[in-house]
Amino acid sequence: MGLFTGLRHSISRVTDRLFSEQEPKRIGIYGPPNAGKTTLANRIARDWTGDAIGKESHIPHETRRARRKEGVEIERNGKSVTIDIVDTPGVTTKVDYEEFTDEMDKDDAIRRSREATEGVAEAMHWLREDVDGVIYVLDSAEDPITQVNTMLIGIIESRDLPVLIFANKIDLEESSVKRIEDAFPQHETVPLSAKEGDNMDEVYENIAEYFG
Amino acid sequence: MAEATKTGDDGVQIDLISGQRMDELTTMEKIRLILDGVHDGNIVILEEGLTPDEESKLIEVTMGEISPDEFNGIEIETYPRSETRSSSLLGRLMGGEEPTAKLTVIGPANQIETLHKDESLISALVSRN
Ligand SMILES: Nc1nc2c(ncn2[C@@H]2O[C@H](COP(=O)(O)OP(=O)(O)OP(=O)(O)O)[C@@H](O)[C@H]2O)c(=O)[nH]1
Ligand SMILES: [Mg+2]
Repeated sequence: MGLFTGLRHSISRVTDRLFSEQEPKRIGIYGPPNAGKTTLANRIARDWTGDAIGKESHIPHETRRARRKEGVEIERNGKSVTIDIVDTPGVTTKVDYEEFTDEMDKDDAIRRSREATEGVAEAMHWLREDVDGVIYVLDSAEDPITQVNTMLIGIIESRDLPVLIFANKIDLEESSVKRIEDAFPQHETVPLSAKEGDNMDEVYENIAEYFG
Repeated sequence: MAEATKTGDDGVQIDLISGQRMDELTTMEKIRLILDGVHDGNIVILEEGLTPDEESKLIEVTMGEISPDEFNGIEIETYPRSETRSSSLLGRLMGGEEPTAKLTVIGPANQIETLHKDESLISALVSRN
């Protein structure tokens, strides 16, 4: 194949991509470690495709590689949206392997922390380059005003990405959705329990509305 | 750069970096200046903070430098300035034009036990070991 043919071929591939109507949007699920991102991603994937995305754990930094589930079609009130869901590693500015030594031996804890740091860097990279919208998951039983949350929301806003804030774990007694609404009044907050499956109707309505 | 230097064994060095100084630097130079200070155990105070993109890069580079028993990463807090900032501490300390951006305090996570913030105060508890 000559250079020109090859070039024309790749150009037509690019234009195909530009003009194809149904290029699914990539929606990144972001938030601090342990907020319930993977639990949510799994629930969405199970509800609409039948299979899961990744492993959930009470130990922070369970997700250490971004995982993408392609072509998840969500239907709500006659509206249908097809998205790629990207479950990302929880973002933090610090990782201390000693946090994990109660749960595993030192070598494993060190390995987990190294993978966690790579995962956070990867999540930041995806945010800068590869997502079209963000679901920001927070544990509503915890104080939402942390530097990581403020910084990440700022980064997301500066990239003009559409963002929904999910106030997760509303099944917990200490949960406060209002605290999250007050912290980020400029964004839509959706309460839910990813674990119990509470309020998923509103979750899917908002996803179809926002990312459709 | 104004430096409040104390060189005793249990001293804590604070690097105050003016907005003017930062303006002259590229993103990576800013991040290096911050992380080099933090690696030395210093508390770095930026008069004008970072852009969201720079913050994103700072997190990414910080992650690459974390190493067991040596460096756990950073604590960071920002303090948005109110409209009336003519008598701000740093403004007085550093003189010159009043900055518009947010004051940012960054330190080594393993030495700062808590970086606590409320409406008008960021306080750092630094452990001296
Ligand atoms: N009570 C309650 N627990 C939840 C809920 N969602 C998730 N969890 C629990 O929170 C813990 C963390 O969940 P994950 O889904 O692994 O959290 P993550 O945000 O993916 O965490 P990383 O991958 O480490 O960043 C697990 O023990 C989950 O069972 C919820 O809605 N309610
Ligand atoms: Mg996860």
